[in-house]
Amino acid sequence: MEPRTPLLIVSPSPHLHAGLTTSGMMGTVLLALLPAAATAIYLFGLPALRVLLVCVLGSVAIEALWQKATDQPITVRDGSAALTGLLVAFNLPASSPWWLSLLGATLAIVVGKQVFGGLGHNPFNPALVARIVLLISFPSAMTHWTAPQPGRFLADAITAATPLSESQSAVMLSGHLPQHISEFSARYLLGSMPGCLGEVSALVLFLGALFLLWRGVISWHIPVSYLGTVTLLSGIFWLMDPGRYPHPMFHLVSGGLMLGACYMATDLVTSPLTTRGMLLFGCGCGLFTVLIRLFGSYPEGVAFSILLMNAVTPLIDRYVVPRPFGMDRGRELI
Amino acid sequence: MMAAMICLGSLGCVAALLLAMAARRFAVTIDPRQVALMEVLAGANCGACGFPGCDAYARALVAGTAKPDLCRPGGAETLKRIAAILGVEVTERPPQIAVMYCQGGLQQARPKYDYQGLQDCRAAQKLARGPKLCPAGCLGLGSCVQKCPFGALSIDARGLAMVDRGRCTGCGLCVAICPRQVLALAPATESIHVLCNNRESAARVKSYCNVGCLGCRLCVRTAPESFVMDSFLAQVRYGRGQPAVMAEAMERCPHHCILNLDEQGNDQILPTPPSARERSTP
Amino acid sequence: MICRSFPGGTHPPGHKTATAHAPSLICPLPAELVIPLAQHVGAPALPCVTAGQQVARGQVVGRADGFVSVPVHASTSGLITAVEPRPHPCGAELPAVVLQPDGEDAWAEEYQKQSFHVLSVEAMLERIREAGVVGMGGAAFPTHVKLDPPQGKSIDTVIINAVECEPWLTADRRVLLEQMEKVFTGLEILKEVSGAGHAYIGLEDNQPDVAALLAPHCQKRDIGLAVLPTRYPQGAERQLIYAVTGRRVPARGLPMDVGVLVQNVGTIAALTDAVTRGRPLIERMVTISGPGVIRPQNLRVRIGTPVAHLLKQCGVTEEPAMVILGGPMMGVAQHTQAIPVVRGTSGVLAFRRQDVPITTAGPCVRCGRCVAACPMRLQPTFIADYARRDELDLAERFAARNCIECGSCSFICPANIPLVQSIRYAKGAILARRRRM
Ligand code: SF4
Ligand code: SF4
Ligand code: SF4
Ligand code: SF4
Repeated sequence: MEPRTPLLIVSPSPHLHAGLTTSGMMGTVLLALLPAAATAIYLFGLPALRVLLVCVLGSVAIEALWQKATDQPITVRDGSAALTGLLVAFNLPASSPWWLSLLGATLAIVVGKQVFGGLGHNPFNPALVARIVLLISFPSAMTHWTAPQPGRFLADAITAATPLSESQSAVMLSGHLPQHISEFSARYLLGSMPGCLGEVSALVLFLGALFLLWRGVISWHIPVSYLGTVTLLSGIFWLMDPGRYPHPMFHLVSGGLMLGACYMATDLVTSPLTTRGMLLFGCGCGLFTVLIRLFGSYPEGVAFSILLMNAVTPLIDRYVVPRPFGMDRGRELI
Repeated sequence: MMAAMICLGSLGCVAALLLAMAARRFAVTIDPRQVALMEVLAGANCGACGFPGCDAYARALVAGTAKPDLCRPGGAETLKRIAAILGVEVTERPPQIAVMYCQGGLQQARPKYDYQGLQDCRAAQKLARGPKLCPAGCLGLGSCVQKCPFGALSIDARGLAMVDRGRCTGCGLCVAICPRQVLALAPATESIHVLCNNRESAARVKSYCNVGCLGCRLCVRTAPESFVMDSFLAQVRYGRGQPAVMAEAMERCPHHCILNLDEQGNDQILPTPPSARERSTP
Repeated sequence: MICRSFPGGTHPPGHKTATAHAPSLICPLPAELVIPLAQHVGAPALPCVTAGQQVARGQVVGRADGFVSVPVHASTSGLITAVEPRPHPCGAELPAVVLQPDGEDAWAEEYQKQSFHVLSVEAMLERIREAGVVGMGGAAFPTHVKLDPPQGKSIDTVIINAVECEPWLTADRRVLLEQMEKVFTGLEILKEVSGAGHAYIGLEDNQPDVAALLAPHCQKRDIGLAVLPTRYPQGAERQLIYAVTGRRVPARGLPMDVGVLVQNVGTIAALTDAVTRGRPLIERMVTISGPGVIRPQNLRVRIGTPVAHLLKQCGVTEEPAMVILGGPMMGVAQHTQAIPVVRGTSGVLAFRRQDVPITTAGPCVRCGRCVAACPMRLQPTFIADYARRDELDLAERFAARNCIECGSCSFICPANIPLVQSIRYAKGAILARRRRM
C-alpha cells in the first residue's frame, strides 16, 4: 500500500450547525432556575438547601449508576438528570426529609425516565411522575408545609397551609373565600407563602422563563396558551362569584402554575412537536388545572393536568400534523 | 344502593350480550392448517420469506400463493413439516450460510476519507461511494448486524462484519441489505472460500489493500478444478473443490485470501493448521 | 410588491463579508484541466476527442447524448492527454477529458457579437444548448430543457434567483454587480424565449447595496425587484417562487406547473454569452472561502480547474480537514482535492479541523425544532426515524420524497442527529423500490 496521507473528512451536508445542543439547553434551563432556587433557600432556609442538594446530586448519581448497571453509555453530562433533580426538588416541600427527597429523585430517574429508554423516550415528565407517586404514597409528608421565614436560615419551622388549600377548605366549610385571598395581595407575587420549593416565587420563575424565551430554549406557545387559558377560565368564574372563586391573578401566582407552565409543560420530550400541537397542549393543561383547582378534591391540579396532557401528546402528534408545502389536504401523502 | 346495583348489573349484562354478538358476527374463521403452519414455522418473523411475518407467510401458504420452501431459517425440518401439512411434494434445498467475502480491516485496507455521520453502511456508501478506497470491501458500520434477526453477525476487532456460522440460518436478509454485496450465501457444507470481493486489477488492489485478491491466477493454476477466475477475482467452485489441492493453493496465495472457516464459524482470521484442515474437509 | 414568507427556515451565519466587496479576479490556468463529461443532469456527453489531439478553446470535446444532455467544451486550447475516469465531485470516478493547456488560449473561431432580436426562438434555444448552458446554482439542469416546456404548459413569469442563501458564497452577487448588463439582456432573452410577460429579480435584504443599484434599472425595464427578508433557504426554487409570486409549486410538480421559470444569475450571464456571442460555457464565477482560506476571493475559473489549484491561489492556513464544493448547507464534502470545478460549482470552501461541526448524535429530545425549521413543512424527526428503521412505507406516508435536502433540520437539531442523511437515504430507497415495482 502507498503511505498514508492525512484524510479529508467527509460527512453528510449540512456542514454547519446552529450551535444549540441538548446539553446547552439543559444548562440554560438550570441557569434560569437558579434564581428561583436561591429564592427558595432565602424563604425556607437550610431545609430547602438540603432538599435541593439531595435531589440534584441524587438524580445525577442514580442516573449514572443505572446506566452503569445496564451497560449503557453514561450520559449525565448532558445535564438532563440534574435538571430533573432540580425540578423534583421544586416539587417537594422544604420540610421533606432526606429519604423522601432521595426517593423522589430515584422515582423520577428510574420510573420516570430510564425504564422507558432514557432521555427522549419517556412519555411523562419524570419530575411530575415522582411528585404524584409521592403525593399518593406519602400524603402527609408531601403536604406538610412550613411558613416562609425570609432570611432566617436557621429558624424553627412553623407549620402552615398553602393559599390554595386554605382557599379550598374555606370554600368547602363556609362557602366563601377567606378575606386575605379574595383580596389578592402582592406578597404572593414575591412568593412569601407556604408551598413547595418551586411554588413560591412566581415572579422569579417568570423572569427565568423570559430569559429562556430570549435564549430560544423554549417557545412561547405552551406558557402563553396555558396561562392564558387559566386566566380566562378562572376569570369567568371569578366574575360569576368573586366571593367563592378567587381572582385569576391569585391563580397565576399561587401553587405550581408558573413552574408548571414555564418549565414542566414545556419539557421538550413530553410535549407536542408542532406549534399548533403545543397550543392545544397548553390549552388542555389550563383547562384541567382550573377544573381540578376549583372542583377537584386536590387543591392543586398543575401536576395532574400536565401528566394528563403528556398522555395525550402522542395523539396530538399523530393528528395535528403540518400539511406539507405544496400539497392539498385531501390528496396528500400518497 | 339497590338501584345502583341493579343499574350496574343490567349494564354489565347488556355489554356482555353485545360483546358476544360482536364476537360471533366478526369471528374470523382460521384454516386449521394455518394454525398448524404457525407451529412449524421458525417464528422469528424475520421476513426472509418475503412476507411481513410468519403469520402472513402461513396465510399465503394456505391460500396457495406462496412456495413452501421459503422459510430458510426453519431449514429442512420445517420444510418437511410444511409439506406434510399442505400435502405437497417438495425437494429439499441444500442449506446455505452467509459468507462475508472481505478481510480488509482497518489495518489491512486503506480508507478513502474520514467518515463522520450515521453509523450505517448504506448511508455511508452514498457519500463518495463509501469511505474505503476498495470499492467492494466491507465498510464495517454494521447495517447487516442490525438486520440479522438471529444475532449471527457482529463487527470484529478488525472492523469487519463476521458471520457466526453456527447461528446463521441462511435467511439472506444481510445479503439483501449490504450496499457492497460483500455478503453472499454459499452452501453450508463449504468451508473454504476466497475472502475477497474486489474485481479490480492487481495494481489497484495493491495500492489500497494488503489482503485483497490480486487476480494472479496462482490458485487457478495450482487447482484448476477448484478455482475459477471472475475478472481479477478468484472464486471457489462450490461443490467441485478438491480439498487436498486447495490446501496447496491456500499456501501459495500471495495475499492469503483463501481461508478455511472453522465449523463454529467465528474464526475467520487464521487459516486453520493443516491437521485441522484435513479434519474439517471431508 | 408583496413578499410572502415561506414556512420554516433558519438563519445560518452569513460569513459573506470576506468576499462580497472585492472585484473578482481571473484565475490563472492550472497545469492540467480535468473536464468531466457528466456535468449536468441527464445523459453524460460522449467524448469526441482522443488522447494526443490538439484542441482549441471552446472546441466541443463531448457531444450531447439525447435531448436532456448538453455538449462539453475545451476550457482552453491545448493538448488532450487522456480520456479516462477521474475523481468527480459526485464522489465516483467518471470519464473526463484531461487537457494540458498550451498557454495560447486561442478561441476555436471568432464570433461576432450579434443582437439576439434577429434570432428565432428555435435558433436561440439551439445556441443555448450548443453552448452547454446548465443551471449554475448547483442543480446543473440543462437550461434549454427548462426553457422549452412541454405542450400545454406555459410560462408567464420569469424570476432571476439572486438570493444566494448559502453562507460564504458571493459568486452570484459578484456576477450581478460586474455583469449587470448581461443579466438584463439575458432577462430579455428569457422573456422572449419563454413568452413570459412578467420578470422579477429575487434578492435578500442582506444585500442592500445591490438592491439600491438595481432599483433604477429595474424600474426602467419594468422588472419587479423583490427584496426578501433574509432567511435560509430562500434561494430554493419552490420557496423563492412562493416568496415572490405567492404560488405554491405542487409537491410532485415543477415550477412550470405554476407558470414560473427560475434562473440563477450565473446561468443568465452564461446564456447571454451563448446567444449574443455564441460563446460556450467554459468559465464560471467561484467563491473560494471558508475559515481555512487565507485570501478568500471570487475567481473566474475555467471549468475543469482542480480544487487544489484554487486553494493554492488563495492560500490555506493549514492542510484543510474538509473541502466542500458548493455551500456549507447543501454542498458536498470531497474526499480529494483533485476534483475539478464543474459547471454547477458555485463555491469551494476549506474548513480546518476545528470548524467541522461535531457529529456525535444524541437521542431526539422531541424539541420540534426540525419541524418548525422545515421549509417543506415535513416532520424530519419522524421521517429520519422511520428511515433508520427501514420503515419505508411510513417514511413515504410522511412525504419523505418532498424533502429538498436543504439541511435546515440537521442544522438546527440540538441532538445533532444527521436527519438529512437519513431522509436522503429514505428518498433513495423509496425511489429504488418504486422502480423495482
Ligand atoms: S458486510 Fe456489508 S452491511 Fe455488513 S458491515 Fe460490511 S459493508 Fe456493512
Ligand atoms: S447472517 Fe445473514 S443470512 Fe445468516 S441469519 Fe443473519 S441475516 Fe440471515
Ligand atoms: S432537509 Fe428536508 S426535511 Fe430537512 S428541513 Fe430541509 S426539506 Fe425539511
Ligand atoms: S430537532 Fe432534533 S431533537 Fe429536536 S425534534 Fe427534531 S430530531 Fe428531535
